[in-house]
Amino acid sequence: MAEAVATLDPQASVAAAAPRRSPRWATLRRLLRHRSFQTGLVLFAIILVAALFAPMITPSDPTKLAMRARFKPPSWDFLFGTDNLGRSQLSRVVYGAQLSLMIGTAVVVINAVFGTLIGSLSGYFRRLDNMLMRINDAIMAFPAILLAIGVAAVLGRSMPNMILALSIVYIPRTARIVRSSVIVIRQMEYVQAAVAAGAGHWRILRRHILPNSMAPLLVQLSFLFAYAVLTEATLSFLGLGAEPPTPTWGNIMAEGRQYMREAPWIIAIPGAALAITVMALNLLGDGLRDILDPRLRIQQ
Amino acid sequence: MSLLSVRNLQVLFAGEHGEFAAVDDVSFDLAPGEVLGIVGESGSGKSVTALSIMGLLPRPPARVARGSIVFEGEDLLRYGERDLRRIRGPGIGMIFQEPMTSLNPVFTIGDQLMETVRVHERAGQKRQRDRAVEMLDKVGIAGAERRLDDYPHQLSGGMRQRVMIAMALICNPRLLIADEPTTALDVTIQQQILELLLDLREEFRMAIMIITHNMGVVAETADRVIVMYAGRLVEQAPVDGLFARPAHPYTRGLLDSIPKLSDERERLKTIPGTLPNPASVPPGCRFEPRCAWRVGACAAAVPPLAAIAAGHDSACIRHRELPVQ
Repeated sequence: MAEAVATLDPQASVAAAAPRRSPRWATLRRLLRHRSFQTGLVLFAIILVAALFAPMITPSDPTKLAMRARFKPPSWDFLFGTDNLGRSQLSRVVYGAQLSLMIGTAVVVINAVFGTLIGSLSGYFRRLDNMLMRINDAIMAFPAILLAIGVAAVLGRSMPNMILALSIVYIPRTARIVRSSVIVIRQMEYVQAAVAAGAGHWRILRRHILPNSMAPLLVQLSFLFAYAVLTEATLSFLGLGAEPPTPTWGNIMAEGRQYMREAPWIIAIPGAALAITVMALNLLGDGLRDILDPRLRIQQ
Repeated sequence: MSLLSVRNLQVLFAGEHGEFAAVDDVSFDLAPGEVLGIVGESGSGKSVTALSIMGLLPRPPARVARGSIVFEGEDLLRYGERDLRRIRGPGIGMIFQEPMTSLNPVFTIGDQLMETVRVHERAGQKRQRDRAVEMLDKVGIAGAERRLDDYPHQLSGGMRQRVMIAMALICNPRLLIADEPTTALDVTIQQQILELLLDLREEFRMAIMIITHNMGVVAETADRVIVMYAGRLVEQAPVDGLFARPAHPYTRGLLDSIPKLSDERERLKTIPGTLPNPASVPPGCRFEPRCAWRVGACAAAVPPLAAIAAGHDSACIRHRELPVQ
């Protein structure tokens, strides 16, 4: 009888049923089982590994000319063919990946920092909200590409300037996302409970609001990476990116455009690399959104 | 001397058509160690009163237009954010209605309990942990030591409410404000939580302000009761006096609408009508449009709160004429 009573104790049964593990691990496991997240992860890993080990896997320097080997189609000697100056397309596309990923990473990091800062200040301290969001609106009123062209043209052609231009374009969008989730979280009862326990603004933001509003930001950042890579390619296609002969996907495609009929691989291969990268990041983002965004999770 | 003394509190909310009073001219006292029940239906201003005491009113749209809230001799309404923070926790603790969302999902409960200690005291990691275990033990959580590393989603509603109580009491407040502490819980758990609160009152020698719309909760826990209607205090009395001789038609209505376990099954009594729109309250007694005993004078002027017995006040001009039940 005593045993029967013990098993009916509600606290005991709850303790037995609940696994003693941080929710973070459970989330990670669910992510790794998600089909499109898996696909995105594999594709992105391929591009990333190629970019990281560029000097080891490329046959030659991406700027090395070989006039006798111009316009070679893809073959065992030249895996991705050669361009109008006989440079190895494989080398150029892989080094282009390096540049694209560096720019994408930098833009994502800068956005994470400043987007979170502006968004959380705006969402938490409502007195700052109006001012910060009007500045945001003013920037967002310009089409992204146009603004990026403007900033890049004013600042001049260099990688730091490209990163700066893309950051200026995308930070307002990131800030909006953070702001809206901060506004939701600050209404939660545990935030009120923390205030009622005497916690100050800084502690509430850092401990209660930010950790709980990170999910939408994480999703947004993976899409942002894709946009940054795409916009960078667009700008360098238009001649506002790194100076030739530095290879970027955009300027390889710009050069290849002239020979599209005779040597379609020159434009097609960096184009495919760009498409795969953007698709991989979108798949990653989709997976993150499915797992992390509770509103969609309920519908499943 | 009273622990908390609220005088002529008026809280205005900005609405579409100008400001309206969510709490109007409310005064009451709370002695150390006393349990005060505040009852009224949703929108009667009981939660707004509690939030004003904590300095937690959403500003805007709310603002305290008049009155004073004196806690241990200091007017909290004159306090700045920094001083209020010092009071919240060690002075006045608060627990909320919804235990399911009152804990931060990304931290363990031990983490959250220890943080509350950290906010107010310099205490080492070991000491914070000991305090957390001790409090969990006191609120009746079995295996407190192990439970510290649990996340909120691993606990049931009743246990979360126990953790909330532990968090509110870990700094030994002199006053605990409990805003509908049992509304979201199962009936059996409700009983346990109420008993726990009364036990802890003895142990911590604190006063409790329990806000509820449930007359049963009041009967079981409170020493004294305040009845609020549409932002005004309509009756206050010791709990026995209130149940024995309710001296306001609204209080009677509340008591009549409790289901009774008697042989004759009759329809549950309700109070006809609804709360007045706060933006256009009746000029006289706010309950007048719904009242069965109303006379012309009721609509003419706001009836003052008048003493009808020791410690028993009613804001009904006809309280003498109400039939004895």
